[in-house]
Amino acid sequence: MARAAVLGRLTWQVGTVTEVRDETPTARTLVLDVPDWTGHQAGQHVDVRLTAPDGYSAQRSYSIASPPGGTKLELTVQRLEDGEVSPYLAETLAPGDPLELRGPIGGWFVWTPADPGPVLLVAGGSGIVPLMAMIRARAGSGNRAPFRLVYSVRSADAALYAAELADRARTDAGLELSYVYTRSAPPGWPGPAGRINAGILTAGRPAPPGTAVFICGPTGFVEAAANLLIDAGQDAQTIKTERFGPSGGQP
Amino acid sequence: MGIVSRGFGGRRRAPDENLPPGQYLVTDFPVLSAGPTPRVSLDTWELTLAAETGQPRSWDWAAFQALPQEDITVDLHCVTKWSKFGTPWRGVSLDTLLDGMVTTAEFALARCYGGYTTNLPLADLRNGQAWIAFRYDSADLEPEHGGPARLLVPHLYLWKSAKWVQRIDLLREDEPGFWESLGYHNYGDPWREQRYWGD
Repeated sequence: MARAAVLGRLTWQVGTVTEVRDETPTARTLVLDVPDWTGHQAGQHVDVRLTAPDGYSAQRSYSIASPPGGTKLELTVQRLEDGEVSPYLAETLAPGDPLELRGPIGGWFVWTPADPGPVLLVAGGSGIVPLMAMIRARAGSGNRAPFRLVYSVRSADAALYAAELADRARTDAGLELSYVYTRSAPPGWPGPAGRINAGILTAGRPAPPGTAVFICGPTGFVEAAANLLIDAGQDAQTIKTERFGPSGGQP
Repeated sequence: MGIVSRGFGGRRRAPDENLPPGQYLVTDFPVLSAGPTPRVSLDTWELTLAAETGQPRSWDWAAFQALPQEDITVDLHCVTKWSKFGTPWRGVSLDTLLDGMVTTAEFALARCYGGYTTNLPLADLRNGQAWIAFRYDSADLEPEHGGPARLLVPHLYLWKSAKWVQRIDLLREDEPGFWESLGYHNYGDPWREQRYWGD
């Protein structure tokens, strides 16, 4: 069913912004109503197209943050300094404005409630967005497979969805949440700030058999996390990755 | 033309005839891969080229390095919208690898360490259009960019330039590869903006 969503031509559709929500000082969630949306899977993305009055246009891809279902679509946009499209989406666009998009795109980096096995999600910075869609999709389904999220952020105020994740860690049975603070840890945090390491990724125990791994973040972060997991015995074939941004660097 | 985005001016540069539709220029070199970067040792590395009949050709690293090499500078276009101009590579032309090979195949499927695949017409590998590249910007090709060696077919979107290439099968019937089976265009011409199925 959902597979059919990628079949056929991906035409441009017009969504309407119904709400904007600040997530951090530099990231904002756009809530869109897309009347002709045919559905998506958690982990997929859309192409967004902006057009200037003289016809000049720019396209970028954004991960979908909302779970499948209905015609409501949420995109969380991290404003990039020197960006061409993200500042417009994260600052200028307002409720009532139309936004052109097409999708869903990407049939690989996806999780569906029909997947029975345990899941390890590893997010670097705004790489959390497609993984959040998976957490939300799980919550809205009967699937109670163990989900573990390891979320690497520069500091606590850079974390997207912090309040919702804290709630879900309490209420979503089988969801476990671990933060990694790379620049500064919040007061009372047991331990120093630092980069992701094998102990945090594996929680000091072997991953349950059949664990599927999704890693999303900047290239340097994804390379580091994937290598640590493979060195810890995780089968490379069970690891799906999505990389963005320039080569190198860690959030 | 799409609907006008209120208050959007864009950060356009002068129109650039070298930039395909829907693309923007970058100066860094982004990395996109569907899985972990495979660990490929030169001691066991092997490249195989197999026609639909007859004996496959294989090269180990030393034999591959002994083939005639070419330096090429090309523009890259990734389906995720970035383009990078003037990238300098060293590689072995597919014309060299295919020279004298008897085949009636019209299609090719590249298979890679790590399991990735991509398909393209065999004609797109011929006539100075495709290389097995192993150096980038005067250094050994980094693993995350496809090292030790990758396919380079710069006139198509970059997912066709398979990283960590291990084998190329020449086929009579077209066989969609990894992304081509997951919603991406079967051919992938950036100038016709063939990003996804139906484009």
